[in-house]
Amino acid sequence: MTRPDPVQTATTERLTALSLPADQAAWANAGRAGALARLRAAGLPDRRDEYWKFTRPETLVQPLPPTAAVFDDSDESPLFGAVDRLRIVFVDGVFDPAASDDLSAEGLTIERLEDVARTDIHWARNLYGTLEQAGQTPVPRPLASLNTAFATDGVVIRVTGQVSRPVNLIYLHGSESSDATLHNLVRLEEGARLTLLENGPAAARFNQCTEVDIAKGAAFDHVRAQGRDHERRAVTHMFARLGANAAFRSFTLTVNGALTRNETVLSLTGDDALAHVAGAALGDGGFHHDDTVFVTHDAVNCESRQVFKKVLRHGATGVFQGKILVRPGAQKTDGYQISQSLLLDDDSRFLAKPELEIYADDVACSHGSTTGAIDEDALFYLCSRGVPRADAQDLLIMAFLGEAIEEIADEGLRDDLAERLRAWLLRRRDG
Amino acid sequence: MLDIKNLHVRLEDGDKPILKGVNLSVNAGEVHAIMGPNGSGKSTASYVLSGRDGYTVTEGSVTLGGENLLEMEPDERAAAGVFLAFQYPVEIPGVGNMTFLRTALNAQRRARGQDAVSAADFLRLMRDKAKMLEVGPDMLKRPVNVGFSGGEKKRNEILQMAILEPKLCILDETDSGLDVDAMKLVANGVNALRDAGRAFLVITHYQRLLNHIKPDVVHIMADGRIIRTGGPELALEVEHNGYGGLLTEDAG
Repeated sequence: MTRPDPVQTATTERLTALSLPADQAAWANAGRAGALARLRAAGLPDRRDEYWKFTRPETLVQPLPPTAAVFDDSDESPLFGAVDRLRIVFVDGVFDPAASDDLSAEGLTIERLEDVARTDIHWARNLYGTLEQAGQTPVPRPLASLNTAFATDGVVIRVTGQVSRPVNLIYLHGSESSDATLHNLVRLEEGARLTLLENGPAAARFNQCTEVDIAKGAAFDHVRAQGRDHERRAVTHMFARLGANAAFRSFTLTVNGALTRNETVLSLTGDDALAHVAGAALGDGGFHHDDTVFVTHDAVNCESRQVFKKVLRHGATGVFQGKILVRPGAQKTDGYQISQSLLLDDDSRFLAKPELEIYADDVACSHGSTTGAIDEDALFYLCSRGVPRADAQDLLIMAFLGEAIEEIADEGLRDDLAERLRAWLLRRRDG
Repeated sequence: MLDIKNLHVRLEDGDKPILKGVNLSVNAGEVHAIMGPNGSGKSTASYVLSGRDGYTVTEGSVTLGGENLLEMEPDERAAAGVFLAFQYPVEIPGVGNMTFLRTALNAQRRARGQDAVSAADFLRLMRDKAKMLEVGPDMLKRPVNVGFSGGEKKRNEILQMAILEPKLCILDETDSGLDVDAMKLVANGVNALRDAGRAFLVITHYQRLLNHIKPDVVHIMADGRIIRTGGPELALEVEHNGYGGLLTEDAG
């Protein structure tokens, strides 16, 4: 007698509650069917899954999300508000045309996945699910496959020029039981440039997948902040493929949130490419934040850099799983990885799994991971010069986060996010 | 200005007494030197005055201009005019030296009910003081004490002192790790701050520093007490005979 397999049971339960979007173009149908097959083969993650050892996936997997109260963040000005940007707004994963700007802009075309997936002849057919599929080995990422199969919408951007005005995806959260699944595609043609900004909690539960294809000499900058809602849950996947001389730079700020798993899967396929991925996460209590990164070097003279910093208190948990894989022949690889946490009390914890796997002999790869408390000597030094203890502590926390924040190339964006971090710390002065 | 009366201090964890009844009065405008062998309690005294954690005062009092220092937090003591030049200045990665100093100055001014110093005014102030101590723009831009040599760290301490203009300057073995030239530079910085309204407490092992910073009064500390007080000649006596003779005298 065989016992029911809990993974298959959970997968079946989830799939029963979902249906594939109708009226799709043949390529979209095929893409979704392929993803569904990958998902069925791998099964949704469960707690015995090695890749989910530090983060319990149940609430991301179960048919309905736990409810999440909508947080009122009107005490702060809108993020990126000082930047001239093209805004695209989704509320609980549903496109809001009235709140969004006109999608036409110079140097790029922006469409919605909902429309694109019904169009028979479209460039997106070669990208949709492609990088997600490639990112399934050596480690399966079934929640990304789930996304490809069932995504209801998203943006599809093709960049041909050097676009200076950022595109800002704004994900608002309106209902406490919303479950949003969005899939974005970004294709940067040779020499193109784009800055993509993303912000907001998105939904009670958010499954997001973004595939970014960066052609030769193109540059993609990404700055994201995941909102201030305390109870929201999110699993995001960013898959990027870099051609020769291409650049990818991504920074994510996460404060609050019950559960966040951000996976970044980068593939350096052309020589002399550069990929930087960074994050700052701050949380209290029930906050659980997981950064999972997989960088594959498959070309010569590429640079990759991972910088992740976490500040945790009152029982919060931080997770980092980061890997650099250097394929045979990827000589002159320069890989760097650092993950650090600052634990403000004894209740919080940080779990890290840094990995290097190298099959080329002329490479420089380094990684480090640290966990520590505030340096009391530094604190006393600052106080002895007249800085009140609470200010001194915030100063040291900001200094700790500095290396990650510095990864944001644009000074205005960097200052804006640093200001939000200081405000977050200030709000915690009272307890 | 500074009055220490019958000060008894022990380590917070442990019963070991370190200061066993220190009495010391320093008037405004005076420079007092405290000399003594290792383990005599000199550095502990400097930490207790500046408010470092880890020590328990079991008896006695410390006042600055009549205010009870022992009841104040370290930042409040700084605002009241206490400054400790550390024996081992702490490196603080990620905090720029300039930012740090301006934050500190304005925090003190705020605590005293004064207006903040503008960025432009601060820059001017900084430039003047930095020049005297040969602190270059590079040192000002770098994170606090990170990558500084021993001499640079000590010069940076004196620079902070010059900017913050405290009432009571405590120098904890500022001469340690300095070559002769660096010591002169630091001493010149200190001497430039000597003023009728300011008091100095110079803690040192050696008489050498006192050739450059001339004390008005010299105290010898041993086993948690001040055992001798005299003029500058007392420092010379130590230089010639060591502490041995004085300690024996005390025992007798």
